[in-house]
Amino acid sequence: MTQDVLISVRGLKTAFGTHVIHENLDLDIRRGEILGLVGGSGTGKTVLMNTILGLNQEVEGDIELNGRRFSQMGREERRHVNARWGVLFQNGALFTSLTVLENVMAPLREHVSMPLELMEEIAGMKIGLAGLPPEAADKFPSELSGGMRKRAALARALALDPEILFLDEPTAGLDPIGAAKFDSLILELSQALGLTVLMITHDLDSLHAICDRVAVLADKRVEAVAPIEALMRNPHPWIQEYFHGPRGRAALAGKES
Amino acid sequence: MRGQTKPAVVPARVVLREDAGKTIVEIHGDWTVETIGAVDRPMRDVESRTRVSDLVLDLSHLGRIDTSGAYILGRALRESRTPDADTHYLGDHAIARRLIHEVRERAANIALEQERPFGFFVMMGRIGQGLESMVSEILDTLGFMGRTILVGLSTLFRPSRLRLIPTVWAMEEVGVNAMPIVATLSFFIGAVVAYMGANLLQSLGFSVFTVELVGIAVLREFGVLITAIMLAGRSDSAFTAQIGAMKMQQEVDAMRVLGLDPFEVLVLPRVIACTLMAPLLTFGAMIAGVFGGMLVAWSAQDISPTLFIARFHQELPWDHFLVGMSKAPVFGLVVAIVGCRQGMQVTGDVESLGRRVTASVVQSIFAVIILEALFAMMYLELGI
Repeated sequence: MTQDVLISVRGLKTAFGTHVIHENLDLDIRRGEILGLVGGSGTGKTVLMNTILGLNQEVEGDIELNGRRFSQMGREERRHVNARWGVLFQNGALFTSLTVLENVMAPLREHVSMPLELMEEIAGMKIGLAGLPPEAADKFPSELSGGMRKRAALARALALDPEILFLDEPTAGLDPIGAAKFDSLILELSQALGLTVLMITHDLDSLHAICDRVAVLADKRVEAVAPIEALMRNPHPWIQEYFHGPRGRAALAGKES
Repeated sequence: MRGQTKPAVVPARVVLREDAGKTIVEIHGDWTVETIGAVDRPMRDVESRTRVSDLVLDLSHLGRIDTSGAYILGRALRESRTPDADTHYLGDHAIARRLIHEVRERAANIALEQERPFGFFVMMGRIGQGLESMVSEILDTLGFMGRTILVGLSTLFRPSRLRLIPTVWAMEEVGVNAMPIVATLSFFIGAVVAYMGANLLQSLGFSVFTVELVGIAVLREFGVLITAIMLAGRSDSAFTAQIGAMKMQQEVDAMRVLGLDPFEVLVLPRVIACTLMAPLLTFGAMIAGVFGGMLVAWSAQDISPTLFIARFHQELPWDHFLVGMSKAPVFGLVVAIVGCRQGMQVTGDVESLGRRVTASVVQSIFAVIILEALFAMMYLELGI
């Protein structure tokens, strides 16, 4: 299967002061795939995502979108690119002074011109799409549970029907039923809209269920990128422990049954 | 759609035609979140004019579609009993029907709340609410003060419970770091008082009374008032923001669960620090104020510093100094308590933090001025 590369990261080095997070890191995200990103705590999964998003300045290396380097883009072009990206941050990062509905409307207001009434309807639709009950729309983020906040953040990430969706631990803190629904929603959207998804996750069930490929961060670089079946045969000790530990086996059994 | 780098956007358009009693809606162009703003109105018109059973969507001219476009198309058919039936569709599109189905299934219609009426009764209600909340604020502040004093007394019997390091840190923050700004302000106030008085007294021929004027004004009122207002604006708001941020991050809850009393850990050190440092700051403010007055008297009226200080000793009883100093710890206590209480009132969102910081500064300055008036009346009656 030949698929064109949407985002390519080459020779990336990131560091905070003298503390090097990534060195000589290469990663390709193909158009239309769901790419899982795993790695032990503190290996810089979120840092990698933030660097691709432009929230964190790389020390060395290039990040390209459709063959165009970010470092060569002007501010306006970069803004345009970011409007086509949806991001779900680890803690939701909802605007606390706005209701859920207003949160979802915020990107619409900023980037699209349409009647206010339609905007509210679309925002309401996204809230439903993310699996929230209608009553949640008029609540403030502080009045929601952790799982609901995550769904509200997903609704905001989906507001502009992005081409690329970045998810930082989307199913952490969700109950198993909610997590499964979340997975099926991501899969459905990715298939129907040709959405490209980069998903940081520790949820082995998600990895098995929806990820086309999985990238493993270890030793400051991407140790392996492969479909999960191939990855499980990788001899790297961390990968072996990750997928063949008790939790890995349980998730595999769940998938096979 | 895949594989193209940046496809040009084709505006969305609707073309209507009638065919065998059915209304056929031809969907043209791209129906994405960027384009559908233009077709919202036409689609609504179609919905209101046509019986839903006669509505047919012709998808053969449709370009790209996303969930927002699918929503608008699905909305037209939402009254239908069989929204997915083939009778409602003409033409073929790779993903449109599937997406319309998914969006309708997953997104239940969100009922939007109606705007609340605004009128006379609402206004009266708000006035009433404001009054009620003012009364309850005063009562709650007194309650908070009582609780703080109780915790303070119990700490007195078990001095080991006192958090020494936070207290000393707060003393540095409230006292030492505030000294320069308090002294500067007081210096200028002293100078201004001397100037104002100098003009008037000179015209009466009593310019030497400038010494008494500056002395009484600064020692009795201005030194302590400047200190209290600076404490309210500087330390009180910081207390509210610090404790409020901790409240937002559930740090205060974590303390409770760990068996730490937030009053002991957060409130008491700040209250002690503020109460102890207020007199010291006041003393500094008095010196700076008198110094400012002295410089003005020297430059504007040729009252030499030697004469100024000699007259200061001779004519001014200790009473004025003591009256000023006696107010300082009270103001410090009140300011700290208001600040800490407002911090504890912060709830989860950022807006409440902002509201509480504002309320905290307003209330503490208000309390300081009211207390100042009460003190003035009390000392007048006592004849001090």
